[in-house]
Amino acid sequence: MTARSTSRQIPAANPKEIASRLGRSRRDFLRDAAGMALGTTLMGASPFVWGQAAKKRKVIVITFGGGARDQETFAPEGQENIPHLLRELIPQSSFFTQVANQGILGHYVATASLATGVYETLNNFSATPPEHPTVFEYFRKDMKRPPSDAWVVAPSNGFNRIGESECRSYGPGLGARVVLPKHLLSAVTSKGTTDYEHLLRDNYETPLYAPQLGGGEFELRQLETILKLSVEDFRAHALTLSSPDELSVYIAKRLMQQESPSLLWITMHDIDIAHSGAYSLYIDAIQRTDRLCAEIWKTVQNEPEYAGNTTLLILPDFGRDADEDPGGNGFQHHRTGDAASRTTWMMALGAGTRQGVVYDRPLQSIDLVPSLGAMMGFSPALAQGKSIQELL
Amino acid sequence: MLPRNLQAEQFAGYPPEAKTLAVANLRALQQLPLSFLPGLLRELIEYDFKFPAERTAIEKELANLSSLSEAQINQWFQSFAQLTLSSKLEHFDWINRPAQFFEQESAYLWTTHQLDAFRKAATDYGDRLRSTMSIEPLPIPRLGIAVIGQGVTTYDGSLFRKLRQYGTYFAQVKPESGLDLLLAAVATRAKAHPVPYGHWYVDGGQEANHSQLLTCVRYQALEPVRTALLRYMQTEIEKPGMGPEELRTNLARLSPSSLGMSPAGDAVLDRFQVKLLTEGSGTQIFSTTFAQWATREALRRAQPVTLLVRFAPRQRQRPMNELLSAGHDQPNLDFIGSLIDADMGAYYHWINQQRLAGAERSSFLVWFEGHNQALAIAPSLPHGAASSSAIDLGSLLSLVTS
Repeated sequence: MTARSTSRQIPAANPKEIASRLGRSRRDFLRDAAGMALGTTLMGASPFVWGQAAKKRKVIVITFGGGARDQETFAPEGQENIPHLLRELIPQSSFFTQVANQGILGHYVATASLATGVYETLNNFSATPPEHPTVFEYFRKDMKRPPSDAWVVAPSNGFNRIGESECRSYGPGLGARVVLPKHLLSAVTSKGTTDYEHLLRDNYETPLYAPQLGGGEFELRQLETILKLSVEDFRAHALTLSSPDELSVYIAKRLMQQESPSLLWITMHDIDIAHSGAYSLYIDAIQRTDRLCAEIWKTVQNEPEYAGNTTLLILPDFGRDADEDPGGNGFQHHRTGDAASRTTWMMALGAGTRQGVVYDRPLQSIDLVPSLGAMMGFSPALAQGKSIQELL
Repeated sequence: MLPRNLQAEQFAGYPPEAKTLAVANLRALQQLPLSFLPGLLRELIEYDFKFPAERTAIEKELANLSSLSEAQINQWFQSFAQLTLSSKLEHFDWINRPAQFFEQESAYLWTTHQLDAFRKAATDYGDRLRSTMSIEPLPIPRLGIAVIGQGVTTYDGSLFRKLRQYGTYFAQVKPESGLDLLLAAVATRAKAHPVPYGHWYVDGGQEANHSQLLTCVRYQALEPVRTALLRYMQTEIEKPGMGPEELRTNLARLSPSSLGMSPAGDAVLDRFQVKLLTEGSGTQIFSTTFAQWATREALRRAQPVTLLVRFAPRQRQRPMNELLSAGHDQPNLDFIGSLIDADMGAYYHWINQQRLAGAERSSFLVWFEGHNQALAIAPSLPHGAASSSAIDLGSLLSLVTS
């Protein structure tokens, strides 16, 4: 909350103008750099065959988190940090330049909002299920899919309840399986080795608090039964990885190979190291997340269950505070609620999407769930967003 | 309880000077909306430990509020009054715990989608207040100096990228005795223009020799305090039911003496340093974050006319695989990462300096320590320009401040 700042403000445009400007700059860049067309010129010329894809359609959602700004990504000075997105993924994508998050800017509550299509108001730091049904519940109930067909790979303990809501008509038993790689790592690593404890901490927003686990989290013994991975192999592989998000991607790839879920949700979180105030670590994390997104897309191409029938959606849960906002401290946090912290982007690529198209009309992050419903054939009855027509 | 029911005796728990000020302005306080007043009390309750610039700002704000008629108060605070708060917030002890109220209010406003309205109300109020306040002329134009990259031998990347459009890049700076020259110049300013808490030296590591006229904050000297704080935090975290709100509340109550600082120290400065560690994020662990945050907070609160910050290398963030392996070596230093952190820190230094009065006359210098790159911003220097003339740091500083 910016509150009673008595310091002098650098003049700024109003939030709508800023959001629009952010979107325009992303669009202009993409059009120049990647030769992408403006989506408005292509409306009505759907390039894919929905009927054929629907039966086997798989969707992977990656949240590019936790929170990155334009100047470190799509603005000219930030493009060096996202070479894989720019050169490999965006040319194949439908790119939405203005996705606004009008909800609470905490990572768990914002991700829960993305997953329900409603701006949730739960306590960001408690192990609480979303109030409204999640996309996983809609998907499984409407499509009569088994638990193994919807999975969440989440960064930390705080996300362990994101798989299913407390909504009575959905809720327990209808949600996604949730795997918490850091929880697994903690479980397989002997007590007393405290050097890596900060990696296992729950949340960079408040690095001092980890809620008790509860709900349907992935059990350690399922390492072997589902992922076909021994504790020793898991531990050995973890020793080759440099960050929690690398561990998440490793687990996600195992899931794709062993379970082939139709709906897979991967929440990246390394970028939130920005809360430590070390700019270089924030940049490193953006570069790593960029690389990991491309790695997942490559896996999609190489896995027979996914190649050719998978739609990948990548979007940040929200941005971070602008340098110019006196209520914040620039990249470090996402506390001010300014336009930079609320305005992000989304790319969609793969099955059912147009390649090389930029759309710059404003969307909301809660539009994701209705769009997934339309793409996959389920009805998110309680979601409050609107289906993104350009994806249909 | 609502502000209109405020009584003088309810400020009994305030430090003496804060209590006097509150009671003297009671009538004005009674007229303010609950969505606003605790934010003001959060500053007022700390009045006895504020820097002179902050004290002046609070006094002026209260004087302005007391001068407003009831109709004017309604006009000024209409947007705040339109915000709805919960009865739980109304029953909170916001008089004695305004900071905690403010946190809960913030969470409530986020939850009820009123934060944007609060933001606008706060911004409008700030603008309006500033327009009523007289600005005292500065004794000397403000000067900021950032020294970055300590210990880096070579760096191929481009520095000062965000600042270049505002100033002149110097590619042939003579680095010899650079830090000494800068500190000597800062000391000269402090001697010529003695202002309480007006000239600062922040060091992210071990401080260099400097004038006693400077207000000095240094990371390494605070190591015992940081250790005591981390130990305290660990103990608190392990308590059953401890959550982030409770922890923050408990941290806010920590005093310099409770963290082992000598009671004979400078009470205002010691409290400032404790707040850097208890309210800052990452300041306990990374020296670069500490130096950046200390600079920001010193500028925001003390509004010094001179501030030199020297960044030091921070500990390296070890990758996961290294942490998982058996070794328990002391973490080593990340020189390049620290340079990148500090380069951004220098940009934020300049932004925060430009938020203060007299920005149009202020100047700024950032130097890559031990190397020949620097960037200077001053009214007399061109923007987006570059100079390849050889120049020592003393001369460069004279150019900047001339």
